[in-house]
Amino acid sequence: MSLVFAGICSHGPGITGRAAMADSAVSGPFYEAFGGMRAELEGARPDALVVVAAEHFANFFMNNMPSFAVGMAEGYEGPIEDPAWLGIERTSIPGNAGLSGRLIRAVMQSVDIAFAEEWKFDHGIMVPLHFLTPRYDLPIVPVNINCQGPPLAPLHRVWAFGEALRRAADAVPERIAIIGTGGISHWPATPDSGKVNEAWDREFLERWKANDHAALVSYTDEGTYRDGGQGGFEIRTFISIAAAAKGRGSVQYYRPIPIFSVGCTIGTMSVGA
Amino acid sequence: MQKFLFDINRDPAAQRQYHEGLDALLERYALTAEERRALAERALGLIYVLGANGQLLMHYAAFLGIPWTEYIAALRAGIEKYGQVRAGVYTMTTRLDEKVAGV
Ligand SMILES: [Fe+2]
Repeated sequence: MSLVFAGICSHGPGITGRAAMADSAVSGPFYEAFGGMRAELEGARPDALVVVAAEHFANFFMNNMPSFAVGMAEGYEGPIEDPAWLGIERTSIPGNAGLSGRLIRAVMQSVDIAFAEEWKFDHGIMVPLHFLTPRYDLPIVPVNINCQGPPLAPLHRVWAFGEALRRAADAVPERIAIIGTGGISHWPATPDSGKVNEAWDREFLERWKANDHAALVSYTDEGTYRDGGQGGFEIRTFISIAAAAKGRGSVQYYRPIPIFSVGCTIGTMSVGA
Repeated sequence: MQKFLFDINRDPAAQRQYHEGLDALLERYALTAEERRALAERALGLIYVLGANGQLLMHYAAFLGIPWTEYIAALRAGIEKYGQVRAGVYTMTTRLDEKVAGV
């Protein structure tokens, strides 16, 4: 039928795994914003949720790394991480192989992608689902943009991929929701963890809200690494959502929460023509 | 070295073999002597300095059941002992005493 919902959110494993280490006065409003995003998503009555995430070697490795990959299974499993560490139980997540196949064929009309009939979810998908579809009752179409193992797809190709996802969503009869999960600036998984370049993040979010194509694809990997850290490469997922939604964004929540290792972000975007 | 971390983080068969004997499992990977020692000793700080992607290393520490504060401390100790990260994009950019997130 069409795209009925578009949004972005953070996916850092600390958001669930280190919840007890955060000041609840700070983390509480962030979790509430996730709840607001869930309400908006449910209000759009989607038949499936496309999750464009930046995974962290749950499936893809440098032996055979796709720039873009889409899952095509009847079901998925996650998290790969130790459930106690992540704070999320291991579970099965429904997919829809038929829908995935139709979306993949449509995307392939303009962008060469990989597909995968086996796919394990890591925190990049599990953390958002924990808040957005906590009953795991909405079929998921997992999508990955390589943001971990350089060389990474250039941003203008990420944009083209986002546009292709939109054409695909509009071509199927189902009501499709799409979210991008990732970070803006962050230096995760090391002693740098907690470092955030808030000014750089806010500038990025201004560009994202305005859906400023030229400004969004003008970042270079060198500049992003310098200003936004290795985690900053994940701006690809947020950029793909702007390309898919073609609307104007609003940011319901943004605040660095150092123990979560990221500038915590919740945003939605209107679906434009 | 990263291939080992990739496998152990996601593959239940590799995890079973790990519990049966790490040394035998490590035989399957092309490792330098230093990498082999780092993995055999579960020396997170050295694995970090040798250039393991932080995400692979973080998930491995979770697999080992190491709490977050101990994990961060081990990486910092690795930098202190062996110097800056030698490869990859997860070099340390903060000071040893900085503790941006308080841990
Ligand atoms: Fe990530």
